[in-house]
Amino acid sequence: MPGTEFSPSIASRPVYAGLVAQGAMPAIMLADAEGAGALIDLAARDPAVMERAHVIFIPAGTPHGARLRALGARIYHESPSYAACLERFRKALADAHMGTTLYLAGTEGLIGQATAEALAAGLPAGAIQSEHRGSIARRMQCVHCKGITEGVTTDPFTCSHCGLTLFVRDHYSRRLGAFQGVCVDAETPGVLPPVQEIRP
Amino acid sequence: MTMRFNDETFRDDYTFHNSPAAIRRFPFPFDQDSYMYSVNIEPHRRGAAGSVFQHRFDVDEHYVAEMRDREITLRDDPLRCQSLPHMELAGWDFLELVMVSKAEDYPELFELHRDGDRWHWINRPLGIEQRFIFLDATSLPCGPMEYITRQTQGDHALLDQREGNLWMDAGMVTSQADWSLDFDIGMNFFEWHAPVPKAHELGVFQRALKFLLSLQQGAPVRRLNWTMTVNPRLDTSPENYHKWGPEKRTLTAGNVGAKQYLRVELQTLWRMPRSNAVAFPIRCYLLALEDLVTVPKWGRRLHRVLRDLPDELAEYKGFAVNRPLIVDYLSRFDDCAPTSAGIFPDD
Repeated sequence: MPGTEFSPSIASRPVYAGLVAQGAMPAIMLADAEGAGALIDLAARDPAVMERAHVIFIPAGTPHGARLRALGARIYHESPSYAACLERFRKALADAHMGTTLYLAGTEGLIGQATAEALAAGLPAGAIQSEHRGSIARRMQCVHCKGITEGVTTDPFTCSHCGLTLFVRDHYSRRLGAFQGVCVDAETPGVLPPVQEIRP
Repeated sequence: MTMRFNDETFRDDYTFHNSPAAIRRFPFPFDQDSYMYSVNIEPHRRGAAGSVFQHRFDVDEHYVAEMRDREITLRDDPLRCQSLPHMELAGWDFLELVMVSKAEDYPELFELHRDGDRWHWINRPLGIEQRFIFLDATSLPCGPMEYITRQTQGDHALLDQREGNLWMDAGMVTSQADWSLDFDIGMNFFEWHAPVPKAHELGVFQRALKFLLSLQQGAPVRRLNWTMTVNPRLDTSPENYHKWGPEKRTLTAGNVGAKQYLRVELQTLWRMPRSNAVAFPIRCYLLALEDLVTVPKWGRRLHRVLRDLPDELAEYKGFAVNRPLIVDYLSRFDDCAPTSAGIFPDD
């Protein structure tokens, strides 16, 4: 299964080029849910990529853990959520040597947050690879209250912090790892457009 | 002191007003009867006496009131002023640029005395006197960029240059045309312009960036940008859109002349010596349509520009919903006579 194909968008919207094996080099691999498939495909193309890899997988209800574990990574760790593995991920970034590649796979929310974390830790952008798999739910920042709403699949949606109804922009902040949500009925309070599913 | 400063507000009761002299010196942004994006960058040369281009940083009758409005906005939302850790030196560069320019250009209003790194700054309109040590952030009440931009009209972004791009890594943004510093900080030139329609396809941003990457010290450049704002509100931020948005729908045929403003940004760009960063002040001027049409050339021309503007641009600039009212009002001041070239009034 290839990575998700997104429709053309604006320049701030991230593109996920897909994972390309860098051979038996030090690697941190972080994936959630269907992102496991991207790591399995990566290892099938180049089994050596697992030799020095530290894999962190967030199953999110998927059954892919056993296949991923069987790839023989140097370290394999399963975590119930991104928040639960964040300190472990930070430690791996802090311990990383020059030449380490970060492979990210799965949802945009995971890829976005992990990319922001890695850049803040000083990893060069060129050392970060990503492949989108699975849900196209978005991680949205409310421009009004600044709260982040995870897993947004509709436009408009309700901010989980302040309760305003927000429309989903394609404008994206890598620093925040989030898209921007803006009040949809700001000019005409209470007049809301029909709710639609977000498309890729 | 020769300059008089208006006692006025940019919110709530909106007592903002332009004197006849301020109307005449308004930087009208259209040099012809139609508009499309272009790389409209020119040297920031000194202009005619009295014009907004006379000095490097224009100080006008709205100075004190604008700084008061900035203070209110910052109290509500301190995230309007942010500087990533590597940008402090650029902040000092900008503080120096503004203090030196203002002290030289407006000696009755501002004084700067320097004895090595011991500086003494006097800002008479705001009643500020400060002794500090240049490049020592502990000697100022706040960071250098925040300190000087609390005393300088316009929004200000400081752009770091690396990897063949410009990065918006610091800014003071309280009078913006609907963009968020908190969201955009850390973005490169293409990313923060991403929402602008059409201009990417025209190659405008690629050419503008190429030009700006080679900007030289002592050779600042400028351009004018514009939009339309209902009520003389400086803080048209996305953060507060749900608060000011309803005002956009209060326009009627009876009040459009008084409530609808042409909002013009005088954007200047300056290469700075220590940090190699680019300072990007975005100075906002507001003019009510009923004042604008007192200059016949401007009334005629604005009518033609807004009438013929592509829908996408009216939508992006946020006045599509009010365009019919605005164009209808302005049509009364367009007698179809030809207009002269350039932005300045005829007489």
